[in-house]
Amino acid sequence: MPHRASPIVHAFERLRRARRTALIPFVMGGDPTLSMTGPLLLALEDAGADLIEVGIPFSDPLADGPIIQGASARALAHGATPARVLAAVASVRHRLRVPVVCLSYWNLLVQFDGRGAQGSLRAFVRAAQESGVSGVIVPDLPVEEHEPLRRAVGDTGFSTVLLAAPTSPPERLRAIARSSQGFIYYVSVTGTTGVRRTLPPGLTHGVRQLRLLTTKPICVGFGISTPAQAAAVARIADGVIVGSALIRAIERSRGRSAILRSAETFLRRLRNAV
Amino acid sequence: MSRREILPDRTGHFGPFGGKFVPETVMAALDELERAYAASRRDARFRRELRGLLRQYAGRPTPLYHARRLSKALGSLKVYLKREDLLHTGAHKINNTLGQGLLAVRMGKRRLIAETGAGQHGVATATVAALFGVECEVFMGEEDMRRQALNVVRMRLLGARVTPVSGGTKTLKDATSEAIRNWVTTVRTTHYCIGSVVGPHPYPMLVRDFQAVIGREARAQILAAEGRLPDLLIACVGGGSNAIGLFHPFRHDRRVNMIGVEAGGASLTPGHHASTLVKGRPGILHGAYSLLLQDRFGQVLPTESISAGLDYPGVGPEHAYYQLTKRAQYVTVGDAKALRGAELLARTEGILPALEPAHAIAYLAELAPRLPRGSCVVVGLSGRGDKDVETMSASMSAKHAA
Repeated sequence: MPHRASPIVHAFERLRRARRTALIPFVMGGDPTLSMTGPLLLALEDAGADLIEVGIPFSDPLADGPIIQGASARALAHGATPARVLAAVASVRHRLRVPVVCLSYWNLLVQFDGRGAQGSLRAFVRAAQESGVSGVIVPDLPVEEHEPLRRAVGDTGFSTVLLAAPTSPPERLRAIARSSQGFIYYVSVTGTTGVRRTLPPGLTHGVRQLRLLTTKPICVGFGISTPAQAAAVARIADGVIVGSALIRAIERSRGRSAILRSAETFLRRLRNAV
Repeated sequence: MSRREILPDRTGHFGPFGGKFVPETVMAALDELERAYAASRRDARFRRELRGLLRQYAGRPTPLYHARRLSKALGSLKVYLKREDLLHTGAHKINNTLGQGLLAVRMGKRRLIAETGAGQHGVATATVAALFGVECEVFMGEEDMRRQALNVVRMRLLGARVTPVSGGTKTLKDATSEAIRNWVTTVRTTHYCIGSVVGPHPYPMLVRDFQAVIGREARAQILAAEGRLPDLLIACVGGGSNAIGLFHPFRHDRRVNMIGVEAGGASLTPGHHASTLVKGRPGILHGAYSLLLQDRFGQVLPTESISAGLDYPGVGPEHAYYQLTKRAQYVTVGDAKALRGAELLARTEGILPALEPAHAIAYLAELAPRLPRGSCVVVGLSGRGDKDVETMSASMSAKHAA
């Protein structure tokens, strides 16, 4: 058990008592610009987010479909770096009540301060916590390789969230459930991130299988786009993660206030359904 | 590297390098592949089938040819060429795709996907897919489709679907990312036939094992021809499959030096070359911890090389380990010299090499005056130059115009 309290664990305890399903929007840090990231987080909280996922853009995002690839490319073109994304979160941390969790590909964490893997990982965890970030999700770091990150986290209360997939056999699900901190990120589809018309047929079964192995919160992401889909997922999971569809809503708006407004409207519609 | 060390270890690491850094969705498929490969390796029928295909279909063994005129042109060396360029489809890539194709069939996968840079691996995969009667889709950067238009036609003639990749640098790196994304989506029915000793474990191991036939043959052939082992092995390194195929069977022969030649591109300024081992830092790309061309934040840098097959910012983890342990040495040769290397071999031996191994020829020419008299050298001639004729003609006419 972590010595210091984990804000993500607390958030889910509160949600559980209130019988509320977590709504977890994803935005790419630095997209459309770095100065928009802080205001977007506040707008999403206002619209009913319980936790917010902030992406750190990477040049080669293997788990992402075209929409998040595009967001990563825009953010990089606008000069987003891991430290700048953390600074954008820090700029609103005192006004934000919900926890923030970062999503980053492994290489960015390993290179964080350029002083070798272990030093970089520790530096990242420290910098993230100082910026008000409570955990990290690393889509290309499977459970058997995540020990270095766990060691860097130590007893700081920072959460290392692991992903489970529909293709994970029971023994992998067990290892993931045991090691994941804060919550378990269940990937709804055999595929990359992106907007999809329907939810995969095996989803309920997959979540139920995982549920038998753990009491930790299970949040479902990848492909959830509409209020109806979010409602369906909310019936089986503790949290609903929405990324690509939100980014697409933002992409279609021009100008600061229009972007904030469309993000808020989009999320409110999901909130009403969840 | 101790004598008994098994590479990679059970978790797929070559010292600090290697491992599996991929989305959870494909982790089970990697485990399945590892098990299927372990079982096949023990299965006499699989080995016999692969050996038969390599002989009857691909044209193995390839000659180890004593290049006398080249040797003379370079001074008093004894240069041997391992003629992988004579294989069916024109390069060493077929050694690997036949092996992986057989494995895929054994695992019941009815579809092969592949990334390709120069198009040689794409052609080799499409060929094997046709041979085994399975579906094939090849991902290729738009820029490479332009540079290697002939190979695009070849793949389509063989019945493969060639999917252009327009993201990022539009070359091999992005084609590989897109192939992995497609695999993440189709993993239940599809085998990802990776083309080099890169990617997550078990790929660097199994591609190396399928390519090690190059070095095993070369070792026996040189012993038969010279009654001794060579002093030096030279091969080009992009991802590094032909080089590791040549080097690996010699790794315990302490007196045999090994040099891998990377693409120096236009210049060694960041973004303008593909010399990963010479200029890179440790990092993670496409599922493996190895050396990587990256900026200080860990973003992968664009690369540049006249040869599409070497135009890649990563490198196989076993090479990173050979460099770390000083078992092999890695150097770099730029575009202009590589072109002269191709010309040198064409003029002295009547062999037009692909631009990839032309880098190795060029480095040998540079090194020759510093080698002891009578040194015996084996060069990995990984592919033939037909696919590069257009690129070479463009640079020839540029030269004549100047």
